[in-house]
Amino acid sequence: MIFKLFLSFIQVGLFSVGGGYAAIPLIQQQIVEVHKLMTMAEFTDLITIAEMTPGPISINSATFVGTRLAGAFGAVICTLGVILPSFCICLALAYFYYKYRNFSGVQTILSALRPAVVALIASAGISILMLGLFGTDNSNFAFSDIRVIEALLFVGGLFLLRKYKVNAIAIIFGSGVIGTILYAIF
Amino acid sequence: MEQNVTNQSVQPTDPQHKHVLWQLFKATFFLSAFTFGGGFVIVSLMKKKFVEELGWLTEDEMLDITAIAQSSPGPIPINASVILGYRMKGIIGSLIAVLGTSLPPMVIISVISVFYQQFRENAVIAMALQVMRAGVAAVIFDVVINLAKNVCKTKRYLYIGLMTIAFVLTCFFKVSAVLIILSCVAIGVIDLIVHLKKKGETA
Repeated sequence: MIFKLFLSFIQVGLFSVGGGYAAIPLIQQQIVEVHKLMTMAEFTDLITIAEMTPGPISINSATFVGTRLAGAFGAVICTLGVILPSFCICLALAYFYYKYRNFSGVQTILSALRPAVVALIASAGISILMLGLFGTDNSNFAFSDIRVIEALLFVGGLFLLRKYKVNAIAIIFGSGVIGTILYAIF
Repeated sequence: MEQNVTNQSVQPTDPQHKHVLWQLFKATFFLSAFTFGGGFVIVSLMKKKFVEELGWLTEDEMLDITAIAQSSPGPIPINASVILGYRMKGIIGSLIAVLGTSLPPMVIISVISVFYQQFRENAVIAMALQVMRAGVAAVIFDVVINLAKNVCKTKRYLYIGLMTIAFVLTCFFKVSAVLIILSCVAIGVIDLIVHLKKKGETA
């Protein structure tokens, strides 16, 4: 059983291209539909937890399902399954990247790619900012709905980062603590 | 020019190389433990840690790693850790970095799966997680401002244009990241061919 699960999670790892949300339908198919290890309601709960906690959603689900079936051992096996394809593929890519990156032709191609990566990170930042300030990341929001405390935390955090180079984790953690206290007061 | 900068960083002969593995583990562990909200968040934090703080990687390298991590199957933080670890210490480095990245979510989920009901209904936790997003957004914006500045400094309209178009397409039209990356590789290839042709004509 645990071996079957290991194979399932290898498939999840192998076919989820493009980050967390691409993995959700794959996990659902493998765990809920094929192996019937969870009900749909439990799976929805799992997604909720995964969104609330740090870490990639596929690692979170692998740990959750694995723990249920075989305790800590199960969690480790399932997580290994998710990681294994990434590990092999990225190791190979890393090898080729560091072997050929200094060729001027490769540099020219990579130079065209880098600005796009900056844009992708910027878009991710906008989505999270929208979620933080308006509680939604799609375009139908009203500026009047802005959450003042979050907006202040964002501006304050950005100021501290740019002006005083404060540690990033301190900013994330600090905004959680200060924000919760402010909401408790007001 | 950038290549020279890269080669200064830690080499296998470095007397402190055990220290490097430990630092690698520590850094990936903490980044993973505090990173809410998807692959690009952790990439921003990695850029801050490994490029700005530790000086182990160049900014260009970090962007390349991000592109490879995004286009490969599997979770982005894991993919980025594999490449980053390989860069620092070969396969052992990869193993250590992946261990550092996967341990925090594993421990947290194992604990939470036991206390799930209490966790979900706890208003303080829910509140903290909501307001924390403002801090996460601030960190990403800080990183993006630095990155975008450097793209503008290249003074090549091609790069500045690509950045702007890619931003509009992903942010407003929700075009997939993989498609953007593949298109830019294609544009890079064309740019290379044009470049080589020009060179051939002048020679």
